[in-house]
Amino acid sequence: MAHPSTYQPTSGFGKWIDTRLPIPRVVHDQFMVFPTPRNLNYWWTFGGILFFMLALQMVTGIVLAMHYVPSAEGAFDSVEKIMRDVNWGWLLRYAHAVGASMFFVAVFIHTFRGLYYGSYKAPREVLWILGVLILLLMIATAFMGYSLVWGQMSFWAVTVITNLFSSLDSLIPGLGTMLVEWIWGGFAVGAPTLNRLYSLHYLLPFVIAGVVILHIWALHVPGNNNPTGVDVKTERDTIPFHPYYSIKDGFAIVLFLIVFAALLFYAPNWLNHPDNYIPANPLQTPPHIVPEWYFLPFYAILRAIPNKLFGVIGMLSAIAVLFIVPWLDTSRIRSTSYRPIFKWFFWLFVITCLALGYLGSQAPDGWYLFFGRAFTIYYFAFFLLIMPIVGLIERPKKLPGSITQSVLGPQASKPPSPRPPGPDDHVGVA
Amino acid sequence: MAMHRFLVVAALLASAFAIPGMAAAEDAANDHGPVIEAQEWSFAPPFGGYKQGQLQRGYRVYKDICANCHSMRFLSFRNLAEVGGPHFSPAAVETLASQVQVTDGPDAKGEMFQRPGRPSDRFPSRFANDEAARAANNGALPPDLSLMAKARAGGADYLYALLTGYQQAPADFEMTQGMQYNRAFAGHQFAMPNPLVDGIIPYTDGTEPTVDNYARDVSAFMMWAAEPTLEERHKVGLRVMIFLFVFAFIMFLAKRAVWERLHRRDHNHTA
Repeated sequence: MAHPSTYQPTSGFGKWIDTRLPIPRVVHDQFMVFPTPRNLNYWWTFGGILFFMLALQMVTGIVLAMHYVPSAEGAFDSVEKIMRDVNWGWLLRYAHAVGASMFFVAVFIHTFRGLYYGSYKAPREVLWILGVLILLLMIATAFMGYSLVWGQMSFWAVTVITNLFSSLDSLIPGLGTMLVEWIWGGFAVGAPTLNRLYSLHYLLPFVIAGVVILHIWALHVPGNNNPTGVDVKTERDTIPFHPYYSIKDGFAIVLFLIVFAALLFYAPNWLNHPDNYIPANPLQTPPHIVPEWYFLPFYAILRAIPNKLFGVIGMLSAIAVLFIVPWLDTSRIRSTSYRPIFKWFFWLFVITCLALGYLGSQAPDGWYLFFGRAFTIYYFAFFLLIMPIVGLIERPKKLPGSITQSVLGPQASKPPSPRPPGPDDHVGVA
Repeated sequence: MAMHRFLVVAALLASAFAIPGMAAAEDAANDHGPVIEAQEWSFAPPFGGYKQGQLQRGYRVYKDICANCHSMRFLSFRNLAEVGGPHFSPAAVETLASQVQVTDGPDAKGEMFQRPGRPSDRFPSRFANDEAARAANNGALPPDLSLMAKARAGGADYLYALLTGYQQAPADFEMTQGMQYNRAFAGHQFAMPNPLVDGIIPYTDGTEPTVDNYARDVSAFMMWAAEPTLEERHKVGLRVMIFLFVFAFIMFLAKRAVWERLHRRDHNHTA
């Protein structure tokens, strides 16, 4: 939340740098004393977890790039060389591959948290839009990264996904084909395609990092939302970010790492497809081409729609609709905890996303296709019908008078608010 | 109320579709689906490792049987000496490598020449290229086995099931000429003839020379070939997990201690 700076440089160097490039002041104001609602639950720790995961993916990725050979002949073999001959190569590669999955686990939870608590509502629309943009960039980056293994599933996933652009041929004959050949750099997925995917896979994480900075900036202007959705009213509703949330986020990151490490060390290939350990072969199509698990809900939507062009539009709209969520939700209050009707629709939406994920992994025929269509309709109805309509007809439960009251009970409203102990008070610390 | 409204909408949506008939679940319904049973392996997570003797026997099976058609291009003889692998002695690896002839060169005259293999050489391939392999195998390409244990669903279980899955085809089953019936293979028509017969390779360590043991040993060997760092991964994993659990406990105490300050203040002010 925007608040007057309380930074007081003490050392000579501190004063010198403060009038030139006041990084210590920004760190102090934004990450030490930053006033944060006192009632944030553990769902709020995923922002910090995501920041950690982005850094981890960049570090492991940069070292992997030192050993990877981005050529159609060398790619698959160089990945095996990393696994067998590079010191700790297996750890780097599995950490990067499992890390991508864990990154998506965290970003999906983070997004659902934002949806549940109405964190997209005014004045946090730009914050939300930047978040959706990050999600979109992550999807592009993960897709390109998966292609670099250049196994059978990599190759055919690239073929299928890039071919989606050819659906534009039904709009303007030749346009889609031209676009696809331009993307491929040839008449089929091949060496030029791999090289450009590699180049972009290295570039996009830095773009993500840039948008993450904007995302955090946009967070620090209105400040955090909180589980009640009630605005911060007095100083007593907030506590300094450090040490309260730095330690809470830190604890959550360690818990998250336990899950990550369990997958990484005991089941690193569990989320992978066996076919991707077969080198890419343009002459042999695998019987079932499936994307990575985190794309399956979108893949199910693509296949639920009979027309190819509309399928592609549907799949892209599944993300695009998130951009306008702040204006689709007509509710006067933010938090779903106080919305007796919307609550049911929200959890049905969570089930829908999980179900679409399952259906995306199955062949689209019979009942699978039927449910794929039913859940696709609900996916869009949730945003385009339920959000606007329920917000108008619903009568929310009574909100707590303030954040402090939600934590300490109604009698906690009276006393004046002393500043809570923060990083500047060395109470009880040796 | 909201639920009712939803059910009505759902019913309307459902009727808007022509409800499709159950797709015939071809393979699962009759008894022609592939049969793959889970086996007990020494290398199962979280603590498992390879049995050195089993890998050495498995290498023997690979070298004497499988290598007649299948390459293992990601492996070198030196890998056979690795700890957490077959762990042959360096002298044994030298001997194994020297038994093959390797084309090297060009020499100072620009000629290619043959020399005995060294531990740094890759496992030799039986065929010069895929076309030669197909020509010798009735049109079917024997795949490279380096990653086979990770490149098929079921892994080592699948490989074992396949090697022990040869059967007489059921009377009503139509076989294509030159194919073998195998209960573990999807579709059951498998191009590879049954490679294992009881006693075909003598075992010197007292293990029974049966098809079952050959299949088990060579499947374990292929698992090692596909995942040579598995043992190291499990060992490092254990240390990391212990560290993380201790770290999490310390973080939990630290978090509680820090938030205690806040609770003390609240208590002082509400009391």
